[in-house]
Amino acid sequence: MATTELTYLNAILEAEKEEMERDSSVILVGEDIALYSASGVLGKLDPRRTWNAPISELGFSGMAIGAAITGLRPIVDLTIASFVYLACDQIINQAAKIRFMTGGQVRVPVVFRMSMWHNGANAAQHSDRPYPMFMNVPGLKVIAPATPSDMKGMLKSAIRDDDPVLVFEDNDLWGKKEAVSTDPDFLVPLGKAAVRREGSDVTIVSVAGCLLHALPAAEQLAKEGISAEVVDVRSLVPLDRATILASVAKTRRLVVVDYAHRTAGAAAEIAATVAEEGFETLRAPILRVTTPDVQIPFSPKLERPLYPNRDKIVAAVHKVLH
Amino acid sequence: MMRRSGVKYRLLESQIVTDDQPMTLRADQRREAYRRMLSIRGFELALPRRIAAGEIPGAVHSSVGQEAALVGACMALRDDDSITGTHRSHGHPIAKGARLAPLMAELMGRATGVCKGRGGSMHLADRSVGIIGESAIVGGGIPLATGAGLSALVRGTDQVSLSFFGDGAANQGVLYECLNLAAIWKLPVIFFCENNGYAATTPASTTHAQPDIAKRAGGFGVPGVIVDGQALDEVYGVTSAAVERARRGEGPSLIEAKTYRFDEHAIGVFIPSHYREADEVERYRRERDPLVLCRAWLLEAGHSETELGEIESAVERTVAEAVEFARKSPHPDPASVWDYLYSNPIGYPA
Repeated sequence: MATTELTYLNAILEAEKEEMERDSSVILVGEDIALYSASGVLGKLDPRRTWNAPISELGFSGMAIGAAITGLRPIVDLTIASFVYLACDQIINQAAKIRFMTGGQVRVPVVFRMSMWHNGANAAQHSDRPYPMFMNVPGLKVIAPATPSDMKGMLKSAIRDDDPVLVFEDNDLWGKKEAVSTDPDFLVPLGKAAVRREGSDVTIVSVAGCLLHALPAAEQLAKEGISAEVVDVRSLVPLDRATILASVAKTRRLVVVDYAHRTAGAAAEIAATVAEEGFETLRAPILRVTTPDVQIPFSPKLERPLYPNRDKIVAAVHKVLH
Repeated sequence: MMRRSGVKYRLLESQIVTDDQPMTLRADQRREAYRRMLSIRGFELALPRRIAAGEIPGAVHSSVGQEAALVGACMALRDDDSITGTHRSHGHPIAKGARLAPLMAELMGRATGVCKGRGGSMHLADRSVGIIGESAIVGGGIPLATGAGLSALVRGTDQVSLSFFGDGAANQGVLYECLNLAAIWKLPVIFFCENNGYAATTPASTTHAQPDIAKRAGGFGVPGVIVDGQALDEVYGVTSAAVERARRGEGPSLIEAKTYRFDEHAIGVFIPSHYREADEVERYRRERDPLVLCRAWLLEAGHSETELGEIESAVERTVAEAVEFARKSPHPDPASVWDYLYSNPIGYPA
């Protein structure tokens, strides 16, 4: 397989560029995307393929949904995830529902991308992680790839998918590099988790960018003689319950790690799934390592201690093992 | 194209057309328009008995009184043009030429319904006649129509899209986001306000700082026009001008059809009726019934009683057949509830 070294951010741009070259119905819509064309990062684009939008998240998100229903495959760049709330009516009441409500008369092949920021002193209105809310909306697909390869392959799958897909990106992943396939048909399927590290004593399920802490935690635990399996969920809807349950059946212990707020989050859903379907395999209560239910403060001294990190994961593993 | 003399509507801010001879319906189009208006009326009038018989779950939202606005607008569109509608959704598909039977079956929640029993009264979207959504979120269809306009532009077709919305939706911010988007990119979109005077029970006069919604178009450099929504040919004339403008690549227009809802906001739920005077409703029914006005206009235009009578009998039969089709149709299988949630279901049902 031919590969090239790509950062996570460039994997996003490569995926968009390849899909726009492949399919003339793929368009980009969003704020400040004119710089893509201006900088040539996506090559020379037909002006009808990029729509540098005014700050009207509800309007242009709904416009993209309407365009998707009528033959295009728009990629909407909402930039920062907290802005998705402005577009929620169209995403939830139209994109998620309209195929169902019309008895399958329409398809809604639209992608919404948004980045999530933390430890950046951005305060509470630029620091949200809204994916758990969307997991509660039937009709949407929700992904949070954690590696450049996954981002490229899953974003391409999302663009080719006939349903609305929300793509959540941790901004501290943007600079991470790895060898990524250059095959224009390299796809990573939606709805499949990845076992990043095999282990036998405990399963650490990692959501989105928490992989950056889960793998070092497993490394640390290995030094202590504890074998941790790390499962990167990648796709929150559909959620690959089978891979998680199979891992827990093997290790019999579960720690779920997620940067999102604690209540009714992705980690809660994963924990509930294992409690319902894998209870008899468990030797210890499930633990969640999450951000507590408090707004994200501006001061780094206040912000930094809130998030899951390697040490908190290691501590949680110690707890489920003893 | 036939032209007729005299301009009966007011153009605001800027002209949709420079020609002051608006387009008018040809004889065959007039018959078709009358058939569609009567179909809406007949469809709506058939509902109370079916509700009383317990055959229609939930509430229904009648378009009686608004037929000329709906049909006048849709007669200006081609079959491949898109429209979006509202919770008052029965009239839009019929005005665009939809078959009645699947619509009636939908109201009865049947498997043969146009939306397979997943939509109901507020969502009679029939894609086969160009409807891409009937939104019960007030204003929700406006961005979809804007997107259909964008899609036509990107795909290089000369399709246009038209968004029906009410006076209530005119106070949703999304209308102004979309007017701006359509204006800056010259999208082929017609924003069509069915101003029936009331948002459920709230008079438009109490919620609009100035009464003419069309005037708001000027703030976006978009032509705005007010038209008598009870006059079929006038609605057709202004909409045709807006459609032609959009097809020429000159961008969106905002049309405000002043119309009136004869029935309550919804039938089948209790709605207090003291928000408008009984006299007012009676006056509209007596003097401003679009079917009565249309029939008189057709006779004046040379159509015979026999010709109109034939249309009336045919519509009556079609409505009766639609009711029978719906009543005889199967209910959906409960196990089918997962169908249509996703185009590409992965691991569903969970």
